Amino acid sequence: MEKKNNLRAWIYLAPLLILMTVFTFYPIVNAFIISIYKDYQPLANNGAGIITGYTFQNFLFIFKNQLFWISIKNTFVIAFISVPISIFLSLFISVALKNIPKLKGFFQTIYFLPYVTNAIAVGMAFAFMFHQNYGLFNAILGWFGIDAINWVGGTASWTAQMGALLIYTIWSGLAFKILVFTSGMQNIDKQYYDAAKIDSASKWTVFKRITVPLLSPLILYISITSMIGALKAYNSVVGLFGIQMGAQPYSMMTIVAFVYRYVSGYTDVGYISYASAAAIILFIITVIFSLIQGVVSRKRVHY
Amino acid sequence: MEIKLQGLTKIFTSKNKKEVRAVDNVDLVIPTGKLIGLLGPSGCGKSTTLYLIAGLLRQNEGTIFFGEDEVTETPPEKRGIGLVFQNYALYPHMTVRENILFPLQNLKVEKQEAIQRTVEIAELVGLQEMLDRKPKELSGGQQQRVAIARALVKKPRVLLLDEPLSNLDARLRLQTREEIKRIQRETKITTVFVTHDQEEAMSISDEIVVMKDGVIQQMGEPQQVYDAPVNLFVARFLGNPQINVFDGEIKNKEVMIGGMKIGTTKLPDQKVTIGIRPEGFAVDTEKKSPFKFEIDMVETIGRDTTLIIEVESGEGGILDKKTFKAIVDVEHRISAGDVVHFKVKPGKLHLFDLSGSIL
Repeated sequence: MEKKNNLRAWIYLAPLLILMTVFTFYPIVNAFIISIYKDYQPLANNGAGIITGYTFQNFLFIFKNQLFWISIKNTFVIAFISVPISIFLSLFISVALKNIPKLKGFFQTIYFLPYVTNAIAVGMAFAFMFHQNYGLFNAILGWFGIDAINWVGGTASWTAQMGALLIYTIWSGLAFKILVFTSGMQNIDKQYYDAAKIDSASKWTVFKRITVPLLSPLILYISITSMIGALKAYNSVVGLFGIQMGAQPYSMMTIVAFVYRYVSGYTDVGYISYASAAAIILFIITVIFSLIQGVVSRKRVHY
Repeated sequence: MEIKLQGLTKIFTSKNKKEVRAVDNVDLVIPTGKLIGLLGPSGCGKSTTLYLIAGLLRQNEGTIFFGEDEVTETPPEKRGIGLVFQNYALYPHMTVRENILFPLQNLKVEKQEAIQRTVEIAELVGLQEMLDRKPKELSGGQQQRVAIARALVKKPRVLLLDEPLSNLDARLRLQTREEIKRIQRETKITTVFVTHDQEEAMSISDEIVVMKDGVIQQMGEPQQVYDAPVNLFVARFLGNPQINVFDGEIKNKEVMIGGMKIGTTKLPDQKVTIGIRPEGFAVDTEKKSPFKFEIDMVETIGRDTTLIIEVESGEGGILDKKTFKAIVDVEHRISAGDVVHFKVKPGKLHLFDLSGSIL
């Protein structure tokens, strides 16, 4: 009887397992193997590929590559700045939405629009909004008497480019977070808020000591998923700066863009191995951050 | 702190625009230092009244005073009340200590004093061992006491309790209601509690307020309300077993049920509704009373014997049910099938007009 049930469970799991094996587990393992191929030429030998041995030199190659460190720096800046800010912003917006029951549906829709809009299209719209002479952002800054900033133009500074990229990344990440947080808040028993009123708690105290702790499982979930998402930043850069990945070529390079650059040069000897090595490093970074978040939050998350 | 409600009205509008007057023009004075039970069936507006006093609901009309202070427009956080919610609403992510400290921190009580007061209040409610536990690690009764401690620790002007015992099992309920009474006596705080359980209200309240459909029916000391209900609703609501209700009439100063005389009155001739509590009957050992019935069932518990009498339609003119109950002394040795003559004890005959008001 037990065996039969087991078999049935495997049958139910099979479709997903097969897909995961083909498109997730196998590529991860394969990427690791490719990353240690020496002088890999994938198209040689009538497509069977040629290698001359196994080596960790590919990792050394990318560690010595200046572009890789630019990618790491950009990716980390994006992740560590955009993730916390967008989480705080979306929490505040969710709380604010909760307090305007009448227009809530309307605003929820507005905030959710970015989520269903193509990232590249939005990026191009943002690129125009960041235009030095005609862009919306500089127009707004102008109202406050601030000189126009060269955000994304050919000679834009790294700070300005990163600023534009962060604004775009934060904005486009808000939608999903707001959706998750507003629905999470609906699940918090209203009585806690009544009790907090009776206990003379200020609005800020209620937010800090009631809403955030009771939402903490969702905040953890969102911070892990959006950290992973930010470490994989690529679309946003292409959307905003085009395929040259920056106002100057490669100035806004990210790790995924680095991987992609070497993948697209696959005809050159060893390029696929460099791409795989970078992908493996990104994978390790992602796992480490997720683990750190899990451990750090264990004390702060209340289920 | 005396609580005074004047013309308090709360109207809820349902989705189909139907208005419900949950609290309807309530005037009520709750005297300082007393424990008052707001009592009524579900939907009578008792909890709404409590939440209006707390400020968590906003009245449509009327005023609320705490002593000389008008608090009608004061938000709940500034009213200085303690409220114990029906399911306690303890913050699940905080320990007992943090739960109790929370209101003190909000009121910016100095840290040393706050810690001191938390320990004192925990001793008052008997929770000093539990301070570092989370609410879910406590039993229902303990959670209840944390809720009371949290409400009391800020030294509120008024303590409000919403169905404080409804989530507890029967034994704990008895214990906890004594506990509430004791804490209230020790702190001498004006306390209002809401319940649908008449026995609970009668046993611990200094005074009870009986409500129905948002309107106060009667207020007074429990025994006084029990002995002299102003209408049939109050008479029926208080007492277990329920009061027996009969159709009857007054003829030539005699009170008759189904042609049987059960007492005399000075009131003029009319049709009346008669209420007699089960313990209002006495056995007529001389068998002279015309009010006699064959006993269908006998339940003896301790020193009381409950006689259950089935009445055939027409006979006796029972209103509510086909049976009525009489509680008599156990020494009468009555068994099923016996015919018993009943007298009504002096003062135990309640006469109501046909609309249900006392005559």
